[in-house]
Amino acid sequence: MAIQDTHRVAGLPGVDAPPGTSSRTKTQPKPARRLPVQKDWPLWAIIAAQLGLLIGIIGLWELSARAGWLDSFFWSQPSKIGHTFVVFFTEGDAWTDISFTFRSTILGFIIGTTTGSLFGLSFWWSRNYAAIAQPYIICFESMPKLALAPLIILVFGLGLTSKVVIAIALTFVISTLTAYAGVKAVDPDGEKLFYSLGATRWQVFRKFVIPSCLPWIISVLRVNIGLALTGAIVGEFISSQHGLGRTIFYAGSTYEISLVWVAVFVLSTLAVIMYAAVSWLESVLRKGTRQ
Amino acid sequence: MPVKVRLDRVGMAFATPGGVFRAVEPLDLSIEAGRFVSLVGPSGCGKSTLFNVIAGLLQPTEGRVLIDGEDATGTIGRVGYMLQKDLLLPWRTVLDNVILGMEVQGKPLKEARERALPLLQKYGLAGFEYLYPNSLSGGMRQRAALLRTLLFDTDVILLDEPFGALDAQTKLQMQEWLMQLWSDFQKTVVFVTHDVEEAIYLSDEIHVMGTRPGRILESIPIAISRPRDRVATLTPQFIAIKERCLRLLNTHALEEAA
Repeated sequence: MAIQDTHRVAGLPGVDAPPGTSSRTKTQPKPARRLPVQKDWPLWAIIAAQLGLLIGIIGLWELSARAGWLDSFFWSQPSKIGHTFVVFFTEGDAWTDISFTFRSTILGFIIGTTTGSLFGLSFWWSRNYAAIAQPYIICFESMPKLALAPLIILVFGLGLTSKVVIAIALTFVISTLTAYAGVKAVDPDGEKLFYSLGATRWQVFRKFVIPSCLPWIISVLRVNIGLALTGAIVGEFISSQHGLGRTIFYAGSTYEISLVWVAVFVLSTLAVIMYAAVSWLESVLRKGTRQ
Repeated sequence: MPVKVRLDRVGMAFATPGGVFRAVEPLDLSIEAGRFVSLVGPSGCGKSTLFNVIAGLLQPTEGRVLIDGEDATGTIGRVGYMLQKDLLLPWRTVLDNVILGMEVQGKPLKEARERALPLLQKYGLAGFEYLYPNSLSGGMRQRAALLRTLLFDTDVILLDEPFGALDAQTKLQMQEWLMQLWSDFQKTVVFVTHDVEEAIYLSDEIHVMGTRPGRILESIPIAISRPRDRVATLTPQFIAIKERCLRLLNTHALEEAA
């Protein structure tokens, strides 16, 4: 009823036409149009549809492989992948690889984000220093950091360190730039307030500049976890003894396509878990900053 | 009454490509302890510049600021300064915002909170102590900002258009509230406003200012007895002062335009 009422007011010629013209509009009535209404499906129906789609895709894949429409040498097939999955976890190095990739990603993420943000925040202390550092940061920002990966491996070796360093290289600059953008957006009136209270520079930095920039730094966390993972994987591609990236690369070069798929699925799951954890961290931090 | 704040030939000039721009003509101003003094004038008359100079945030190009007879030019932390924006920190509760001045001065947090709590309750912020500023109305935010300025424990407080952004009704309430605070705390208040009526109603003395260069056109003592009542704004005495102020501002504006 409510919808009909609003509709009638909007559509009634006498209401939106100026007085005196109603005789003209009376001859051409507007078509009765209704507000389009979309009905939400219940949650179980949505989930059922999602699962159905998944099963359908996997079923079609399996069927095509068996029927020979799809070359299973290149594309593998779900049943084989399932089997490889079990082998990978029971007889293979699944947990060693997962833990290796996880550790290098998390370490790179934490070190890159904190040092990068602190570097960006440090520009608040001196405009001259910021001006001097500026071209170098822009240079490093525009450089494709992954191109440095072979060099980093050469310098830091085949172990975990080199992967962490690549992850840091990817996350550092963006953290610096974001924190610096936060510094530039700090309200000068807020600084004035602190100074009028007789605050020292260190007090202004700690009690005002850092909390003001925190929402900026938080906003970069989700981007950085993805970048750190990319860095770790690329490092493993180039040269490594462990890790999911190394497994994918190794399986690909030995035509073990089903293992490639398994490692990709495991990697995706790892990525989703880390992304969810960072999103959770973000919401907790945001609550703390009340913005 | 002893002189609390004295501006001694304080002037402000900037070098611009077109020559020297005089923002504030060298001026003298004496404010006695415990008085409520207003500066009224159009934008660009140097009110805010003067405030920044008194607060030590801006070095005047000439002259000195004396507080209690001591040279305080360019010294920060000598006066409480409330800027136009309330500048409450969104990540702190109202209570923790209010104690900011004491905290910066190095007072232990617990002690500062204990001191602030009863005052929040007494001055209309009861029930808001542990809320965050974003859940407060404009009037409440101004109250918190003003209490923060008062709790900074300086004899002089500078208020830069504290009620400029409030609606008319809230503004009147806040004026009464400020009067109560002022008589309870016995501070020397320097108040900047665009609102002539507000200035007369609150002040012991008004300095009407003009632009280009910023200067004091005339100083008008307000001899209306305290405590004041809204009805006072309707008396011939009040209206006469208001007329004189408006005439001053108007004539000046016309001269500027000519």
